[in-house]
Amino acid sequence: MSRKILGRSVQTLLLSVGAAFILLPFVWMLSLSVKPRDEIFTTDVHFLPSRFEWSNFTFALTETDIPLFLWNGLVMVAGILVFQILFAVPCAYALAQRQFAGRSLVFGLVLGALLVPFHVTAIPIFLGFAQIGLLNTFWALIIPFIPTAFGIFLFRQFFAQLPSDLFDAARVDGMSETSIVWRIAFPLALPAATAFAIFSVTAHWNDLFWPLIATTDPGLATPPRGILYFRDQESGDNVGPLMAAAVITTAPLVIAFLLAQRKFIQGIASGGLKG
Amino acid sequence: MRLSPDQRSALTSLWLAGPATLAMVVFIFLPVAIVAVLSFTDYQFGASSFNWSGLDNYIKLFTSSIGQRAITNTLLYVAIVIPFSVGFGLFVAIGLHQMSTWAPRLSNVMKTVYFLPVAATLVAMSVAWQMVLHPSLGIVNQSLAALGAAPQNWLSDRGLVLYTLAMIGIWQSIGYNMVLFLAGLAAIPSDLYDAAEVDGAGSGWSRFWTVTWPMLGPTTLFVMVVTATNAFRVFETVATMTKGGPAFASDTLVYALYREGFVYFKAGYASAITMVFFVFLLVLTLLQFRVVEKKVHYR
Repeated sequence: MSRKILGRSVQTLLLSVGAAFILLPFVWMLSLSVKPRDEIFTTDVHFLPSRFEWSNFTFALTETDIPLFLWNGLVMVAGILVFQILFAVPCAYALAQRQFAGRSLVFGLVLGALLVPFHVTAIPIFLGFAQIGLLNTFWALIIPFIPTAFGIFLFRQFFAQLPSDLFDAARVDGMSETSIVWRIAFPLALPAATAFAIFSVTAHWNDLFWPLIATTDPGLATPPRGILYFRDQESGDNVGPLMAAAVITTAPLVIAFLLAQRKFIQGIASGGLKG
Repeated sequence: MRLSPDQRSALTSLWLAGPATLAMVVFIFLPVAIVAVLSFTDYQFGASSFNWSGLDNYIKLFTSSIGQRAITNTLLYVAIVIPFSVGFGLFVAIGLHQMSTWAPRLSNVMKTVYFLPVAATLVAMSVAWQMVLHPSLGIVNQSLAALGAAPQNWLSDRGLVLYTLAMIGIWQSIGYNMVLFLAGLAAIPSDLYDAAEVDGAGSGWSRFWTVTWPMLGPTTLFVMVVTATNAFRVFETVATMTKGGPAFASDTLVYALYREGFVYFKAGYASAITMVFFVFLLVLTLLQFRVVEKKVHYR
């Protein structure tokens, strides 16, 4: 019996040490974000400040463009998600529930596209966008991500499990295929849609690669891009507000994760297929 | 004009599947073809013409010291991240899986903690890591100093920087691997453990080697490949904390492709880097598909 208790204690201790390592940057970030200036620039180790300095947050929210960056990020992820669903769902439905010439070719394209990481397509898309003057616009941030092979694949797998009688019945009732897609198939696919939305929003909110390439206008910066503008301007002087900005940028997704853990983990783990 | 039912049906399919298919061709397949062609040219962004340069870009990548650096750094980074991230992920998953039988609350809280970095914005967390590892103000060096050990320049020491980045890569991916392993553990039927106990595998250790490990085999392979594909794409931490420096000590393939292509505007050379990166990932992804198939067969 005592061996069992000892084993459990050791296990708990090791897991706690690991958890402390995981939490370290979060705790340090939060700690610095509420520390007064003179307590940041000290060499003593203190996690808690002597008094909470909320002015770091006020500074980040009023004296910098952080609110603009958050808004830009919101517009971008919403735009990407809406267009991804608008394009992927009808295609997935056709692949799963309709017979047509070229169906296996289209599905082959989907599987092929799953193999292509976004980084590979960046140079030609940049060239094309430069040609037609699309760089430095919201469209430049949104358009390249509209074709989502992963989304089509996910929705197709879901629609393929639905009984075809269901759709036949709707056809007999005289519904058009387009309204079948949006009024019957899509509402049934809400679990898949939720998982996909979480995956898509997380991936694009956090992405730095494409915003760094497609935009040079700070007015269009997304949160990750924006926080780097802020850091480089302040040249290491304004650590408190910078950490407050990092907290504000990270907060939306972390809070969403804490509120809907199970869904969140499912959504992101489903992306493992895509890698 | 009257359409036959067949034609009508074909048009409907085109209306449903056409836009997405066209978008895939324009934004995925066409760019892949273009980047492959560009990799054999000396094209620069903004130039009005280009020359064919054969394999020059590839030769430059594989023979120049900077090009070699990017490749070996990336491989080393992946080689460090895979074993530690997969190993810790497995260890944490087994620990939390067992803990859930006697302390479900605590086990759930820990699971949340370990998964946090996956949901957090990596660029913001990199800025936070920069402060954690700050030479004089960071908690790591302050603690080292308090213990009487020598402080380190974690992000500006040429010999250390890649290991620091790999450590952060591990920090970021343990939670993801833990979730995949937890799913694998939940799928092991408990009567296998009972059977093993009857056969004399009483201790936790022997139960692990006789039941858990063999049953998790396919999951482990899958997790390793996923970790590798993600590690190959390392970019955000490099771009935020080191910009490939000091002296290219932390340069990686994706960062080199960004720098050569979009900072120096050498589209041809950057395309060759892209192709090499793509081939690495293709091999890994095909491996991943094989593993997923195997996993299905296994069950």
